Amino acid sequence: MSSTRELILAIESSCDETSVAVVLDGHIILSNIIATQINSHKRFGGVVPEIASRHHVEAITICAQEALEQAHVDYSDLTAVAVTYGPGLVGALLIGISAAKAIAYAHQLPLIPVNHMAGHMYAAAFVTELHYPLLALLVSGGHTELVYMKAAGEFEIVGDTRDDAVGEAYDKVGRVLGVPYPAGKTIDEMAHQGQDTFNFPRAMLQEHNLDFSFSGLKSAFINTVHHADQKQETLNANDLAASFQASCTDILVGKTLEALAKFPVQQLIVAGGVAANLGLREQLKAALTANQLDIELIFPPLRLCGDNGAMIGAAAHVMLARKEPFAGLDLNADPSLSFDYGETVQV
Amino acid sequence: MYELAIDTSNRPLSVAVVDETTVLASFETNQKLTHSETLMPAVDQVLKASGLSINDIDRFAVAMGPGSYTGIRIGVTTAKTLAWTLGKPLVGLSSLRVLASNVTPSPKLLVPLMDARRDNVFAGIYQWALGQDWQLLNVLQDQHLALTQLLAEIKALGQPAIFMGAVAPFRQQIFAALGQQAEFATPFNDLPHAANLAMLAWQAEPVADIHSFTPNYLRKTEAEVNWLKDHEGEGHGPYVQEV
Ligand SMILES: [Zn+2]
Repeated sequence: MSSTRELILAIESSCDETSVAVVLDGHIILSNIIATQINSHKRFGGVVPEIASRHHVEAITICAQEALEQAHVDYSDLTAVAVTYGPGLVGALLIGISAAKAIAYAHQLPLIPVNHMAGHMYAAAFVTELHYPLLALLVSGGHTELVYMKAAGEFEIVGDTRDDAVGEAYDKVGRVLGVPYPAGKTIDEMAHQGQDTFNFPRAMLQEHNLDFSFSGLKSAFINTVHHADQKQETLNANDLAASFQASCTDILVGKTLEALAKFPVQQLIVAGGVAANLGLREQLKAALTANQLDIELIFPPLRLCGDNGAMIGAAAHVMLARKEPFAGLDLNADPSLSFDYGETVQV
Repeated sequence: MYELAIDTSNRPLSVAVVDETTVLASFETNQKLTHSETLMPAVDQVLKASGLSINDIDRFAVAMGPGSYTGIRIGVTTAKTLAWTLGKPLVGLSSLRVLASNVTPSPKLLVPLMDARRDNVFAGIYQWALGQDWQLLNVLQDQHLALTQLLAEIKALGQPAIFMGAVAPFRQQIFAALGQQAEFATPFNDLPHAANLAMLAWQAEPVADIHSFTPNYLRKTEAEVNWLKDHEGEGHGPYVQEV
């Protein structure tokens, strides 16, 4: 094989998916093996960190072997090994890191330490070429952030959640509705069959900053259901879901529009697990049209919205191009790794 | 034939390179360091000190638990990935057996133990069969049990017993229960030595399938224990599925 090809073996294990991918030149997926533990954590209504770590050990080398086989790639073809080192569950991260270090060391390959959230954003690189500056809305079980990217590989948080992440709110509301974990997809489906009749609050939309809050919405939802329970009334579950989702998307879309007004860009990336939400996709599209904003809206395909190795490979490609330092053999997990906050918008 | 051995079961970290008869190099620390930061640099260091590269290693050995969950996972994941990616055999041995092998030659009962909190320990009982070939026999299987229960088992066996490992917090309790029947190892023998692990591993059968090799935790997580109370016989895997 030609040595001009850049081939990155990328490993992701920050939460409850073990994934290994081979990415060519930063934007072509040769393989992207994903082993999910959802079936296990369903038993507990959420991810149990110790159990997640145990499952990663079971899956890690199987995923790596399949990724190499499916890509028809040998170690001698590889340019580098990349791995998520944060943010995420520390015990889970350590499995990917230990495996990545072992592979890199055994085959004398450079090791690229990747920020998981940068990975989510660069899932968009598989959709289209990215033009900077751009703006990204990162929405997942752990994050709700607006990120401004002045240039490739430069991340600045311009808006953040003050309490719950939006995906977290979905899971908590899902528990009240009796929806199995993870609740996002089911609530999205229910929402499409119901009406926004409850008018839950839209927190902080009045305030002129780019921060989010979902705890008020969550409490309003829970209180509504509990009051009805006490009065032995049955509320329409689809309407509840629709009302909750409408409030969430209003907050997300509202703050994103505000960010677009402050930061003129040509592209808007929506990334992270919640980017799979159809309600959010529809509303964002509609909002851009209604506001006559000529902005390219990029949603990664559903498979690349959740955690996966390919997105880590795409982010690693950018780091390689920027000649960012490689990780040493002493690379450790950084469970609370974050982007820097933008100074211009600090409140 | 060269073998690389790793023990990260608890706070101590130990890595060694051996051939069939000789210890070429070893690295040990008992400082409170994170194994993820220390392990691979230690591997690199012992290889360099042995004049070898990772490609010269013919076999990998690892202490597979019990111990600190995160600790054993780092050692096991590193060893299994090295063995798999280099296409070499992997041997996994009990972390308690590794500790027991510190004391030799002795016909006494060897009792390696680790603190499992709330007056519980991870422990086993071992004993050398002193024939032509020494064999470290397992008298009581490795398990997670109350210290009082372990001491009762030893008392019933009625033989002198040498304790080693994380013994310090339990010394008085052991002495109170067993009196003169109990002896304690030296501080050096309280620590796992990867060189001993490596020598035991030459005699052991490599794992048949490296992919399915996982630590021996000897204890279910609290979440699973609670879940099983209400769901006996239900909800079988596969818990990890490719999608
Ligand atoms: Zn994620």
